[in-house]
Order: sequence, then C-alpha cells, then structure tokens
Amino acid sequence: MNEHVKLTPEQQELLNRFVQDNKMFYAPDPAIMENHRIEPRSDIEEQLLSGDVDPHKTNEVRGLIIAALDETHTMIEQMGAAPGAKWGDMTTAVFTAAGDLSLIAPHGVGGFAAAAFYPIKFINKYWTDEPTVGVKEGDAFIHNDARYGGIHNTDQSMMMPVFWKGKLVCWISATIHEGENGSCEPGGMPAAAESKYDEGLKMPPFRCAENFELKRDIVTFLQNSVRDPKLQLEDMKVRLYSVIRLRERIMAILEEHGEEALIIMLRKQLEDVVEEVRRRIAELPDGTTRTVSFADSTLRENAMLKLNMAITVDGDRMIVDLRGSSPELLNRSINACQASFKTMLFTGYMQNIWPDLPFTMAVFTPFDFIFDDNSLINGSFETPQAMSLIPLFKTMTIACIPMAKLNYSLPHRYTAMVAPQYDQPATLIYGGLTQHGDYVGNFCADINGMGQGGRSHWDGEHSVSPPFAAHCDLGEIELMEEDLPMVRLGAFTLAKDRVGFGKQRSGLGYEQIHTYRRSGLWGFMTGCSGSLFSSAQPLFGGYASPTYPLCKIKGVDIFEELKKDPSKIKFDICYLMNEQPIEGATYSTHDLGMTFELAQPGELYMMCQGAGGGYGDVLQRDPQLVAKDLEEDLISHDTAREIYHVVYDEENLLVDEEATRQAREAERKSRLARGVPYDEFVKTWTTPEPPEHLPFMGCWDQQDEIYGVMMGQRVKMDGKAPLQSQFMLNPKDVEIAGLKAEVAALKAAASQSDA
Amino acid sequence: MKVMMTENLRIDLGTEQWECRHCQNELISARDNYKRALLVYNRDPREIHKPLLDPTKYKRTYSPDPEWCRILEYYCPHCGTMIETEYLPPGHPPVHDIELDIDKLKTQWADRDEVTEVPVGTEPERHVHSHHNGGQQ
Repeated sequence: MNEHVKLTPEQQELLNRFVQDNKMFYAPDPAIMENHRIEPRSDIEEQLLSGDVDPHKTNEVRGLIIAALDETHTMIEQMGAAPGAKWGDMTTAVFTAAGDLSLIAPHGVGGFAAAAFYPIKFINKYWTDEPTVGVKEGDAFIHNDARYGGIHNTDQSMMMPVFWKGKLVCWISATIHEGENGSCEPGGMPAAAESKYDEGLKMPPFRCAENFELKRDIVTFLQNSVRDPKLQLEDMKVRLYSVIRLRERIMAILEEHGEEALIIMLRKQLEDVVEEVRRRIAELPDGTTRTVSFADSTLRENAMLKLNMAITVDGDRMIVDLRGSSPELLNRSINACQASFKTMLFTGYMQNIWPDLPFTMAVFTPFDFIFDDNSLINGSFETPQAMSLIPLFKTMTIACIPMAKLNYSLPHRYTAMVAPQYDQPATLIYGGLTQHGDYVGNFCADINGMGQGGRSHWDGEHSVSPPFAAHCDLGEIELMEEDLPMVRLGAFTLAKDRVGFGKQRSGLGYEQIHTYRRSGLWGFMTGCSGSLFSSAQPLFGGYASPTYPLCKIKGVDIFEELKKDPSKIKFDICYLMNEQPIEGATYSTHDLGMTFELAQPGELYMMCQGAGGGYGDVLQRDPQLVAKDLEEDLISHDTAREIYHVVYDEENLLVDEEATRQAREAERKSRLARGVPYDEFVKTWTTPEPPEHLPFMGCWDQQDEIYGVMMGQRVKMDGKAPLQSQFMLNPKDVEIAGLKAEVAALKAAASQSDA
Repeated sequence: MKVMMTENLRIDLGTEQWECRHCQNELISARDNYKRALLVYNRDPREIHKPLLDPTKYKRTYSPDPEWCRILEYYCPHCGTMIETEYLPPGHPPVHDIELDIDKLKTQWADRDEVTEVPVGTEPERHVHSHHNGGQQ
C-alpha cells in the first residue's frame, strides 16, 4: 500500500476485516510452524495456577490420564491395520486447550504427538471461528501433511476437541504411521517425487467426523486417493474409536475431579518441564560444541549433503545453530521443513539425552534455533518432502555428539553417554498385488531394528529400536507372509563385522534377504543414504558404522534353485555375493537408495539394518570382550587382531593378556610415529573448497559461504541471504550423456585406428 | 581442580590446561582448540571398515569410498591414545568441536566438589535366554 495513504481507524478495521474474510489460501502459518514454544498461560490457567495447587490431586489426575492413554494406545495396537500400528509406530496424546502437547501414551512414539500440536493450533486459529467449519463437540479432524506439522506424510492423525460445559478444555489425538498415501511410488515415502504434487495425499487439518461418526463422503474421497482403501477405512475407524474412548476417560476425570484439576495438571506439566530443562541447561558449561553430519545421497544420485550443527549454552538458554547446512533441492524429495526438523531433534533428545523427562515439546521452550532460509532442513513450502527421513533420521542422532561434550563433565548423569544410533531407515518398502488380490504399498517393520551406539558403561544393544522410539518392535515375519507375497529367506542374522568399533562397540544390525512369489505384480524400493560415507558417527575416539550397499541377485528363481539343490544355498549376504553359488544369475551391488522397481518372483533383494557408532579408543576395549565377540560370531579374527590388537589362541579363544598389552603398546608407538602435529597437518589437509569430484552441498570453511549443485554445475552462494534452491539433473539424462560420450570416444578411436 | 570433559580429556582449572586423562600429561591451554595439541593421521577408511564383498567384483563392498570419506584419527602426542576420530570428506576443515568459556567454567565449579570418578552408571542385570544346559543359565 502506498505509504502516503492515511487510513482512518474505521477504514483500517474495514481493511483488516476484508483481508481476514477473503483469505485466498490457508497455507501453513509461519507464526505457528516456526514457534516451538508453549503458549502463554490462558486467563483460566493464570487464575488457577496463581492460587494453591494440590500436588497430590495433580498427580492423581496425571495417573488417570496416563492410564487412559495406555489403554487407547493398546486399542490401536490391537486393532490397527497398518504394519506400523502392529509394531508400535503410533501414539495417543492429550493437549492443552491451546494445543500444547502435555502427555503421550507410555509406549507411544513421541515424535508423532510432538508433531500434532501444530495442526491443532492451526485448527484453533483458523477453523474455530470460520463460519463454514467451526469446532464443536463430536468433531474429529484428520491431518497428514508435514508442512502443517508432522514428520512425514505417511503419518495420519485424528484430533478431537474435548468440551466440558460448553467450553473447550483440551484436545486429544491418535496418530499412526499408515504408510500408503497415494504417492507416485507405493508405500507413502516416494524417493521419486520431484514435486510435492507427486506425494499423494496432502491433508491440512480438516473435519472428517461429526457427532462422533466418520463422514462417509470424506472417507470415500480419501479411499479413492490411495492404493489401499481397506487400510484407509479401517485405520480411520481405529483412530476415531481410540480418541472416543480417550474422551470418555477424560470426561470421567472431569466429572470426578472437575475441569480445574484437569486444566492445572495439563498446564503444570508443561511449566514444570520448562523449569527443569532450564535448570539442566544452566548446570552445563557455557560455550559451544559443534558437529557435522553428511548424507551421501539424494536417493536419485550421490551428493554430499551437509548438516552443520553448533550448540551454544548461555546460562539457562540453549541455542541450536544449523546455518551452513545444505541448500534445499527443488526436485528431490529429501527436504524437511523446520517444524519436522525440530520435532525429530526433540525426539532424539528424549531418546538419547534426557529420556527421564516427560515427553512434551515444552522441553524445547528454552531453546533458540537459527536456520538458513531454504536449507535442506528448513525447506520452503514448494519443496517435496516425502523422503524427509534422509535428513530427519540423522537429526535424531546428531545432537548425541555435541551434547555428550557438554554433558560429560556433570557430577551426575540423567542417562548413559551414548554414541549415535544407526541413522538410516533401512527397511524394504514394497508395493503391488498380493496373493489375496489386493493392491497394497507399505514398509517392513525392520525400520525398528537399528543397532545402538556404544555407551559409556557398556556396548550398544543389537538391533534394538528405531531412533525415534525405544519400544517399537521388529514385527512377526509369519504374520507378514500371511498378508503379503513376500518371503523372508534370511532374517535377524546379525551382520558380522559390520560394527562401530570402540572401547564400547556399537550394537549390530541384521541382514534382510527378501524375495516374493505368487503375485503377478510386485516390486521394491529402499530409501537410505550411507553407501559411500559412514552414517552413524562415533564418539570420543571410536569408529563409525561401515557403509551399507543394496545387493541384488537377479535373473533367478530362488525357489526353483532350492528345489534343485538346497545344500548349495546359504542365506548369508557375503557368502551369496562372494561365492555366487547360483549359476546364470546376475549379482550386483548398489546404493541403498533405490526408487521403486518391479521384480521377478524368486529374485533376491538383500540389505542390512545398520550398526551405531563406536565409543572410545579400540585399544581400550577389554580383550575378554573381544574374545566374547568372537565367540558370539560378531567379529572375525581379522578384526580382533587388526582393529583391537588382541593376541589369543584361535582354537580356544584364550586371550594372552601380556602379549595383547605388548601388541597394543606397539600400536600406540605406531600411532605416534605416523601422526602429524595438527597445525602442520591442516596445512596440507584442508583445501580451500570441496574437491572437484564431490557434488558437495553446504558450507566448507566459512559458515556463510554455501556450496550447491545447480543443474550439474557447482555454485557458491551467500549464506547470509536466503539460500538458492538447487535443481538436479535427471539421473537418466546424466547417464545417457555419459554413454553418448563413451560411444563418441569409441567411434573416434575406431576411426583413428581405421585411418 | 580438574574437570573431566570427555572420555579422554580433562581441564585443570588451576593451570587452565587441557590434559590427557590416560597419561596425565598437559596438552594445551584450555582456552585453545585441544586438537592443536594432538597428532593427526589421515586414515583410508577401507583399512578399518574392510571390504566384506569382493572388490574385484563389486564397487560397493561395505567399505566407505576413500574419495568421499576419510577418517581423521587424533592421538595424544605423549601416550598415543586415540582422543577423537572425525569422518570427513577429503580436505574438509576439521571441526572445532569444543570451545568453552573457561572463566564461567571456573565460577561454575567453585561451588562443586571435584569429581574423580565418572558417574557412568551400571547395566541392570538381565535374563539371557538360552537353550544350552536344558535351558538353565
């Protein structure tokens, strides 16, 4: 508006009303999406909390709510149809009337609940007073688009307001990782999405139930938009009935204890957590710790994508600075918006750093965040984000290292120091026609079996959990095989020698060998980075996880081979790939990021769940623990001798302690001989910019000088301005150009030899 | 008073020096980057994460690609303990990972007792399922 035009207050009011009444599009609201803090107290909260608060009453109400959350979570677990719901990828939760997450189910996935407060705040702000929508008793709202809050669009939430005597007193929710959502690849996490319009369902929060009943026209629209209409209907019912049960329990609490007790409990939970987190930050040393993390793939091509993190403690404030991270990629699906990033970072804090705190986003209220605009982890609205798990899985473990360097000095511990867990979603995604004639698309529960990092007091646990929840399960293969044509030929065999070595070694991941039969249309995809650059980083002088390829054996029907001679087939990835026992088959290894491809029955797709990072110097590992690892077939003799420098009898595994001490002393002397003083080392090591052969994205030596790759060309941009969104070449065009150049070179060589 | 900062390092608040926790030697001023006191080795990652698939048959072998990934190993110059490791692309500047306000650290510890043993915690006893000895442990 022309600044010289002066509006009268009446004109200004008219203009404001016009703009409000004629909003073109209710896009995600930055005022909601960029605010991770709890809301100020409402008038009623202020009034109630200013007076005397009975802690016993508060605790009693908390216990009743937790019991109700546990009950309704179990309902989903028992009834849910999604593979995620069967193995723990879900939660129920209770929020304040303003939408702040107060409590989740004891075995719930906290990230889900910590993401659902964004859409609730959107509903409060935009739909409550919107005459065509409104919020009333018996309504339920559905949502899945991470741009309005959420981790990724496979997760669907059902959110219900709870009224008491005509007033909104709280919100409740149920969230499940549904998987299939009508995206361009089956299973809801399409690596092939080149725009957000390839992502399938993108539900901003909208009403899907009235008077406690699903609206069948809305349900039909959603069923018609996905590959698995049965799943969509069943789990909408499951989520609705679990929140209805949760509401009944809340109503009983209101009747018995009154609305004041409920409001006090929900709000006090948040404020107590904020106070405790401020206290925990204040006891840390003031200063800054830093780390970097790299993903080596966009899932379509290799690229070196940097996550840059600095954590600063200043009194009772914690500042998390992510500037210098990779720019966003306009035509790749691995971007994340900042709300998703914060949710997953929070999840990592709750799993690895402060697991004893109540699970509420109030934990982050004392935190400040600094992002570059348009970075990979602060992606803009237009970017595809369907495979945001690539940066977000790293996000869940990245703070382990800088927080360990702040926490270590404390006179007490809230949990063990732990090196990062494996941080890639190493599971097979599948799609096609089942033996029952149904079209489906989803993922395997192996995503829940990542190896833990080594810990200050003990080794990491094997295949223990996903990095977003400690209690999710791996699933039952037999149940999966009843529903799907997939057959698991190798499962849960720990991947020998694929370990984060250290004084305390990481937990191991396990091998997964998949095939299928009895379907005329079936295929697979995978969505991980970490085939060139180690994924899970080490702590305090340990080693990282190794890299992991995807292995395929094609042009074979394994079931026919097993009929011919089962004795020559051993379901061990290294054996099958190195010995190549099946004649005529094609053996190949690939990046662990594969867009969806159809397979033939009996072909093998093989991958590993990964190991975490190692903790501490390998030469400090107890030699007896090395012998135990040998006995349990976790490592080879080469590893015991050459990495851990242990001397022992290979027959009986008896350790020669004195010879081991001498071998380790010799290795320490070798280190002193080969090591170069730091200042001298960096003169020859550090290069002014990334090597030419690396498609590097992010800062190099200066935080505000950001590198990118635009249409195949390296670009350098000013990090102080919003980052330039990058656009990648079509990998097939790149491959065709390479092949054409090869043909031209061969032709030139041939014509030269003819001449 | 000495404050243990990592598994391998501590700071002597009196002398304001980083020290190695394994050989007790002084390294460098606590106000400086501790890495400057250490020896560094540029390790080919294939020597640690050895190829488990035949490299003559396959490009991806479970080993990191040395053109994309290097391991910087940091050693105490006195005792050879591996103080830190860093996985970086070739030529990437090492990260200045710990930068503390030493004056505030001294104030913070003025009211605290020195900690000489790290409170690492213990592992709870667990039942291990076994089929040996008729299911007996």
